[in-house]
Parts: sequence; C-alpha cells; structure tokens
Amino acid sequence: MGCKLLARLDKDQDERSPDRVHSARTSTRLSGRCPWFRVIREEGIEPMSTNTMPGGPARQSRGHFDYWLTGLVLAVFLVGSLLAAQQTEDPLFAFHATVFFAGCVAGFVLLLRSYGSGARATEDGYFDGVVRAGAIASLFWGVAGLLVGVIIALQLAYPDLLYFPALPELNFGRLRPLHTSAVIFAFGGNVLIATSFYVVQRTCKARLAGGIAGWFVFWGYQLFIVLAATGYLAGITQSKEYAEPEWYVDLWLTIVWVVYLLVFLGTLWKRKEPHIYVANWFYLAFIVTIALLHVVNNLALPVDFLSVKSYPVFAGVQDALTQWWYGHNAVGFFLTAGFLAIMYYFVPKRAERPVYSYRLSIVHFWSLIFIYIWAGPHHLHYTALPQWAQTLGMTFSIMLWMPSWGGMINGLMTLSGAWDKLRTDPVLRMLVVSVAFYGMSTFEGPVMSVREVNALSHYTDWTIGHVHSGALGWVGFVSFGAIYCLVPWLWKRQRLYSLKLVEWHFWVSTIGIVFYITAMWVSGIMQGLMWRAYNAFGFLEYSFVETVEAMHPYYVIRALGGALYLAGALIMVWNIWRTIKGEVRSSEPLRSPAAAAVAAE
Amino acid sequence: MKFNHGMLERNSLLLTAGILVMVSIGGIIEIAPLFYLENTIEKVEGVRPYTPLELTGRNIYIREGCYTCHSQMVRPLRDEVERYGHYSLAAESMYDHPFQWGSKRTGPDLARVGGKYSDSWHVAHMIDPRAVVPESVMPPYAFLADVELEGGRIKADLAANQMLGVPYTDEMLEKAAADLFAQATPDGDDASAFSKRWPTALVRDFDGDPSRVTEMDAIIAYMQMLGTTVDFSTYEPGTADNLR
Repeated sequence: MGCKLLARLDKDQDERSPDRVHSARTSTRLSGRCPWFRVIREEGIEPMSTNTMPGGPARQSRGHFDYWLTGLVLAVFLVGSLLAAQQTEDPLFAFHATVFFAGCVAGFVLLLRSYGSGARATEDGYFDGVVRAGAIASLFWGVAGLLVGVIIALQLAYPDLLYFPALPELNFGRLRPLHTSAVIFAFGGNVLIATSFYVVQRTCKARLAGGIAGWFVFWGYQLFIVLAATGYLAGITQSKEYAEPEWYVDLWLTIVWVVYLLVFLGTLWKRKEPHIYVANWFYLAFIVTIALLHVVNNLALPVDFLSVKSYPVFAGVQDALTQWWYGHNAVGFFLTAGFLAIMYYFVPKRAERPVYSYRLSIVHFWSLIFIYIWAGPHHLHYTALPQWAQTLGMTFSIMLWMPSWGGMINGLMTLSGAWDKLRTDPVLRMLVVSVAFYGMSTFEGPVMSVREVNALSHYTDWTIGHVHSGALGWVGFVSFGAIYCLVPWLWKRQRLYSLKLVEWHFWVSTIGIVFYITAMWVSGIMQGLMWRAYNAFGFLEYSFVETVEAMHPYYVIRALGGALYLAGALIMVWNIWRTIKGEVRSSEPLRSPAAAAVAAE
Repeated sequence: MKFNHGMLERNSLLLTAGILVMVSIGGIIEIAPLFYLENTIEKVEGVRPYTPLELTGRNIYIREGCYTCHSQMVRPLRDEVERYGHYSLAAESMYDHPFQWGSKRTGPDLARVGGKYSDSWHVAHMIDPRAVVPESVMPPYAFLADVELEGGRIKADLAANQMLGVPYTDEMLEKAAADLFAQATPDGDDASAFSKRWPTALVRDFDGDPSRVTEMDAIIAYMQMLGTTVDFSTYEPGTADNLR
C-alpha cells in the first residue's frame, strides 16, 4: 500500500502555486512498488497543452492506409446496402438497408472532407477530435434516453393519456427497449468510447492508433445506435433484454467493436510507458468481454439473409441462461468494469491524489472479472433452470460483494488527504457520490441474489429500483463527473462556465434518484408481499390487478424522480454548451475550487 | 521464473489473454453442462412445436415487447401455483427460440393463460384493456385486428426452426401457409387436414371476424395454447428423471 506515500509527498509541494499539479514531477521513489502512478502524475492535464504530446515525436509520417481501408469498407457496405434495399421483399429490411445506405454515404462525405482538409497531415499531438465528438454524443443520447425513460414512467402512471391506439410505435413494449438501449449503449457506450480514447492516449503518452479508425469506431457506433433505436420503434427485436437488435445490426456492431479493440490495443502497443495504467486494464476487460458476450448471446439463424427476422440458436432453458450470463455481465463489464476505468482515471486526477492502493487494484480487478461472470443465474431463481446452476449463481453473487467493495474502497480512499475538496468542488463530489452509490447497489445486489430474498423481489419494481440506483447513481454520476472534467480540458477552457450550475445539477439529480429508488423499494416490496398474502380462509388476499392499482402513487413519484434527474441533465447540457462557447459565468470569480479552499484556510 | 504482476502490466497481449481466461471459466462451467446433462429438461408428454398461426402470434408477442411486462415462468411457490397453475417446466419452453420467461410482472404471468379467458374477452382486452380491466396499465393493441396475415414467409420461419432442432416435419413445412389460415377458419376446406397434422391445436375463429385472418387471430391463438400442452396426469415430478 506504499502509494499512500504519494499523498504525503504532495503536502510538501507548494500548495499555493496555481500549476502545482501540472508540473511534471517524477516520483522515482515510488516507481518500484506502484509503477503506473507516475504515469497519471506526469501526463500533463494542463488545459493549454493537451494537444501536444509531451516528449513525443513532432510528426509521424505514414501512408493513407487507414483512409483507403475505411473507404473500401464503406464502399462494400454502400453497394451491399443498396442491393439489399432493392432485392428484399421485407419492407422493414428495405427501411434499414436504406438507413444503412444513408449512413455509408454520410461516412464517405466525412471521409473525403477529412482527407481534403488535410487533417491527416497534422499527426502530432493527441487525437482529441473523436473524444470531443464523443462527449457531445454522450450528452445528446443521455438526454434522449432519460426523456424516453420519463415518458414510459408516465405511461405506467397515466396509461389513458399516453397511449395512442393508432401508434403502436409508442407503446410501452417498444419504448422500453429504446429507453434501456439509449441509456446503456448510446449514453454509456459513448461515454466509455470517448473516455477510453482520452485515457489510453494520456496514460500511454501516445497518439491513438489506427488514424481514421477512431472516427470509424465513433460513427460506426452511432449508426449502430440509430439502427437499433429505429428498429425497436418499428418492431424489429429479438426480445433478449439488452440484446434486442437483430442479426444484421449485431454483425455491424461486431465489426465496429473489433476495430475498437484493435485501436485500443494498438495504442497500448505504442505506449511510451513501460506499464499499462490500471484504468486501461478495466477498459480492456470491458472491450474484450463485451465482445465475447455479444457474439455468443446473439448467435442466431436469419430466416433469410434479406429479412430482419432471425431465430436464436439456443432454446428454452439454455437460451435463458445464455441470455442472463450476457445480461448480468452487460452490467458487470459494460456498466461496471468500463465505468470503474473512468473512476480510476478521473477520481485521482480531479482529487489530485494517487490511487489509494496498488495491491487492492490488482486483487479487486482479477477477482471482480473472475467472479462477475458466474453471477447470471441469480436472474433465474426458482425458474426451470436446474437448481445447481441457481445455487452456483447465488454463491458467486454473494462473493461478488467483496471485489465490488474493494473497488469502492480504492476509489473513496483515493480522497485521503483531499476530503476538503468535496466541500468546494461539486464535480469531485459527483464522482465520489457515484462511487458511494456503486457501493450501495453492489451491496443490495448480493442481498437480492439470495434465493429467499429473490422469491420476494423478483418480477417486482424492487429490481427496477436496484438497477436505477446503480444506473442513475453510479453510471450516470461518474459519467457526468468525467464529462465535467473533460470538456474544459478538451476545448482548452480555463474552467467550466459555472460551478454553481454543477451544484444545482448535483442536488436536483440526487433528489431525483432518492425519489426514484425509494418509490421502487416501497412499491416492489409491497407488490411482492401482496402477491403472496393470504386471508383468514386460506385464499389469496389480492387479485393481480389490485396490486397494479396499488402501484399508482409510486409510479407517479417514480416519474417525478426521473423528471428531476432529467432536469439535472438539462442543466448540465446548458453548462457544457456555455463552457464550449468559452464563457464564464460573470458572477463567479475565475479561480479554481482548490485555490478557493486554500484561500479559506 | 517467478511470476509478478508487472509482467501483465507490461505486456498487453498477456493481459488480454489473462482476462479471456478469467472470464471464460465461469460461463463454461455453468452453461456448457446444460447442453449435455440429460436431466436438464424433464421427460413429459404433450409438448409440441408451435403451429404456423401460433408461431406468428408468438412473433407478434416478441415484436410488441410483451416480455417487458409479462413473465412466462410460474415459480414453484405456493401463491404462484395457486394464482397461475402448475409451476413451469423446462420442457415447456424447449422449442422456444428465443425463450420468453421474462423478468418483470407489471402485468400477470402468462405461462398458463391458455384457456383461462374466452376469445372474445381477449379481443376486447387487446382492443382496449381498460374497457375490460379498469385498473390496467396495458397499452391498446387494436391495430392487430386490422393487419391481415400473409402466408408467404411462414414456411421459411418453420424451416429456420427446423434447422435449429425443432421437430417440424417436412409435411408441416409444405403445408405451413395453408395451415396458417386453416387454424383460424374452422369451416374451411383445410380444417380437417390441419387437425390431422396438429391433433392438439385449437381450430377457431379467434378474433371473431370470419372474413379474414389477422394478427389478432395469431396473438390470441398463441395466448390460448400457452401452458396447455403438457399432460400433467402423466407427469411425475418425484421421479429421478425429473429431479433437477
């Protein structure tokens, strides 16, 4: 645990110097025990020089291989989608082939513009354009996904007002996958791609590998989102939760994802640091494992290659376990490992403290990824899944509590020596509260995975509340915190437009989360108890629809909580927009929160 | 050579390989045995593949995202068995590509809804759920009654399922388009041939509109067969074969 040393070393530095954290310092005394802590200290976060690579070559000379290859891939898909649109008898497939065709045309235009503008000539410094685009896309999809969430919450509260018999596209069953995919894959995915591209470059001191491939990953991923989202509205789904897109969308995502992996690995290969920084282990585990889960769970046989419909290869009980092996590890590797990588870069960076413990990082990384993969069967307690598999899933879910809290402790204790910053820096507070929510929901999860608890909680809103304490509290807040950090760095602004607005965002959204999860706890446990209630004569006390009726007030409170969370996100969009424009709120003096804290002492 | 973690931190491919090994173990140990352990699926009488009309209805169920609010998995708990019927068996979904066990009951479980309500109740409920159940929060599905079925693609659907191991006969494939309409046209010429091929399937005008066969026919045909195929009079839960 020698790296706590670094915290003490920091005290020796001149606290008042405005660029005290930016000065490149070598902490050679520590290099033996925690080699990669040096990396995060040295890469230079000063807003004015993010575009120059410290110590890197001024310019790389190479061919335009990336342009030709991307152009070739686009050409193949352009012709393919045009032919598919013409040949198919399935109107939905023709629709998606047309969307695909339009995407390829747009890709070509972007490619030619980039080639013509001479962007390829400026090969020096970090590749940050794609990170900037990712930050904006994250906010766009985040607001869209939250908005759909509020709409479907209101549909359950006020079904008479929000269903339209002539518009099946807007029914709950089609909007719910739109909501889940928009927040998990569109918002979360863009946050992960953007931050991973930022972090891997900084911690490797190397420009992103693959040239234009970074843009291919970004735009290819947006095309995946558009295909998935329009598909749900049109009724194109294979009904596997969080894996609803049909076979051809899955194939496209596989291509994009493999390129993503290669870009990430390629950047690691170019690194000028001997050690791979801990955040990159988590990003790598996220990318590799999601590829594995995605491919296996989406194995399907298309009815024919010119129609949207396919049938999954597995059936019944095998299909169920494969799906929840996927489903739970979408949580484990997309929503946990990926966002832990964000925590491991942005919390130490913002707190200006090293990660609490090197050894804990190692132990919790390997135990987390090993144990998470077993936990899927807890989604299938008391079902027709053989009991041995249920028991294994429950056992490992309970064990999972420990590595999860290992990560939480490592994140929270990174604040050692910097707790005072929580008072003055709302961005850091958001990051730290996200880790606290992570700790809470990773305690709740193992509890709910116990078979007897699950007998009550399963099929009820308790599960929905649990998911949202993780999604809104952990994933949402850590993403918002990371974007609040990133935007001033990326656009070379001295600071955010307004820290007051970050305060507002933090409190409005936190109150929204509290409304949401408490409403779902009450309604979930209440409904579970009503389902199993017996009267004095030994008959079931309530009909099913009586339990639905009892949910109404909680559905209203839940919608209110979601609306507050959305309002917080809109405050953020405003704040980020003004920051990008280069404005600083006039009533707030231009000084860093850290400097303010020092002045107050 | 003594292992130390620095080796993994210095070699990205070693790190990738380590990750792949660690995340593969659990999945292989939990999932692979389900494919070869013979007692994973109970031995029961009566489970059959879906008829063309039922499969069409099932695909509508999937398309509309019904699984987001309805489970099809009765757990062996006293209140569930009393509310819904016999707990679900793995055998009952062994031809289900994909499974529809669900994860949330915003509405009731549907694993054994077959035969519980009349066809006309289902039609009225689909058109306007709150006309029948005032407290319901379900969306309306009136448009299903306006979409007429086309038989052109159903054979390919059955063929895909056959390739995946669902025991459809070649005859069932050949007659798939005819059977699609025959099941909802009890007075038609093909009705008796259909019943010979599908002895346990219901032949009715499900949507109450004998002039045409619509998606409403299909979804109700699917609803009305759910959970009805197993012959529980011959099922012995206590035998070694059925203990899992």
